[in-house]
Amino acid sequence: MKLVIKKRKKYSGSLGGDIAIFIMLAILGAFMLFPIYLSVIQSIKPPEEFFLFPPRLYVINPTSQNFVELFEATATMWIPFSRYLFNSIFVTVVVTGVQVIIASMAAYVLAKVKVPGIKVFNKIIEVSLLFTSTVTHIMVYMVMAQLGMIDTYFAITLPFIATPLSIFFMRQFMGQLPDSVIEAAHMDGAGHFRTCWQVVMPNVKPAWITLIIFAFTAAWQITGWSFIFNEALKPLPTVLQQIQLSGIARAGVGAAATVFLMTPPMVLFLFCQSNVLETMAHSGLKE
Amino acid sequence: MDNNTTPAIPVKRIEDSKFRYTLREMSRNKNAYGMLAPFFILFTIMTAVPVLMSLPMGFTNFNMVSFPQWVGFENFYTMFMEDEVFLISIQNTLVFAIITGPLSYIMAFMLAWFIHQLPGQLKTVFTFIFYAPTLAGNVFATWQLIFSGDAHGLANAYLMDMGILTRSREWLTDGNLIMGVVIIVQLWISLGAGFLAIRAGFQGIPGDRYEAGAIEGIKNRAQELLFITIPAMGPQLLFAAVMQIVASFAAGDVSRFLTAFPTTDYRAHSIMNHAFDYGALRFEMGYAAAICFVLFVSMLFANWGIKKLLGKYLDG
Repeated sequence: MKLVIKKRKKYSGSLGGDIAIFIMLAILGAFMLFPIYLSVIQSIKPPEEFFLFPPRLYVINPTSQNFVELFEATATMWIPFSRYLFNSIFVTVVVTGVQVIIASMAAYVLAKVKVPGIKVFNKIIEVSLLFTSTVTHIMVYMVMAQLGMIDTYFAITLPFIATPLSIFFMRQFMGQLPDSVIEAAHMDGAGHFRTCWQVVMPNVKPAWITLIIFAFTAAWQITGWSFIFNEALKPLPTVLQQIQLSGIARAGVGAAATVFLMTPPMVLFLFCQSNVLETMAHSGLKE
Repeated sequence: MDNNTTPAIPVKRIEDSKFRYTLREMSRNKNAYGMLAPFFILFTIMTAVPVLMSLPMGFTNFNMVSFPQWVGFENFYTMFMEDEVFLISIQNTLVFAIITGPLSYIMAFMLAWFIHQLPGQLKTVFTFIFYAPTLAGNVFATWQLIFSGDAHGLANAYLMDMGILTRSREWLTDGNLIMGVVIIVQLWISLGAGFLAIRAGFQGIPGDRYEAGAIEGIKNRAQELLFITIPAMGPQLLFAAVMQIVASFAAGDVSRFLTAFPTTDYRAHSIMNHAFDYGALRFEMGYAAAICFVLFVSMLFANWGIKKLLGKYLDG
């Protein structure tokens, strides 16, 4: 008997259906990508092409002038560009790293350990998901002022780490693991800590990779607008946003700033996608 | 409390008061509380305390300078009886939420499902394309370029070129058009997080389920979706729904960054915009907190409704 190993497991659906899906996705995808494509185009347009009529969706003479100007503009600033960049990288790495670690641990307990009080914690998380507001922002400021954290790195990291979103997300995935897996780990003598890191986490890899993407994207956009007044501590988006807002005369430089800001999350995403998410396709363990 | 299981040692049942039983359970699982602690301590200081502080503020008159003054339900009375703009903003938010919420939720699900059917490399490419808007963050400047009111705006230029429009339209200031534009941009932005969560959920469904389904007689994609995929994805569906509720009820950024603030005749003025107006611009924090409170309560209702709808796929 010949064993046929198909590269792609598929149990239903026709080729015609695949093609129809592809075409539909391609059309919608074009709509999704268009504004981003346009930003890129704008960033490599020389100034004289900005006012051509009708406006063009392509560039005749692509130039790196806008990017050069962006770095020149930032080079003459009081605080060197590298400092802003360092601030941003520091904040993003700390927020993403700490968030994924502490949210995963807590989510494991919420999803899989039945101890007194867990229901209350779960309810708190679900309700707090719905509370996003400008008013809390002021209260966060007041709390941080009391703790003496304004104008320190704490102000642009701590409020963004323990988000209800991250723990809720991890909990939803971990809840799907069969209890038997965890019981087996306990039988083998693993405590909660080891069960979480050595048994549960490897099994929810798509979840925490996705959480890294969520957290990184959000952290990279932190501006700390009302928590940080010391210029030397401000992250990159604050400066680049000022450049973006400087109007039509700097439209090209503004677009260059937009492109510069959107690149790191996209690179991270592509890296995670191709290296990790897709290889995980059939390793799922569910009840 | 009876079904509490121990991690390592089998439970020895001792007849005991509920209180002492609880205490014993707590001390035996103290590692578990230790694992909860880092998150919940930070969460309490940075999220819970500010939220709890802002709730009573809705019943005060607080201008950030003098000490808050207790006014009872006055803010709420003003809101519903005298503040016409607030009533407009409720209407806008509802229209907005009813259109963008379900639409982008269904789109996120369908797209994730379609993409899941494609072969490997194409999956990566399309996942990237549909998540790219969220990764890109604020490209409002580019949207402004597209919907710019003069003939250089892309929408105007191309629609006139094709003969659909005869003169340029003020997309961002014409009261009749703003809502449409804001909805389009919101759909573009808000697809992301829910979409990616659902995608990751699809990845976690083991292949043998589909194999079993094929043996049981599932014939086409629709049946596969209804009988295998959706029942296995309750948690992700709920996550995406909550994200969508927050995104559509608390929307305000799009109109604030894209159009003038406030929008012409308050045509796209959302509840969140109204709260921003009072909180961040007029420093009437008490009134802003009251507005946020109303928003919060309506989101709770929406959340409750979603849970009822998804009920049979959720077990907790």
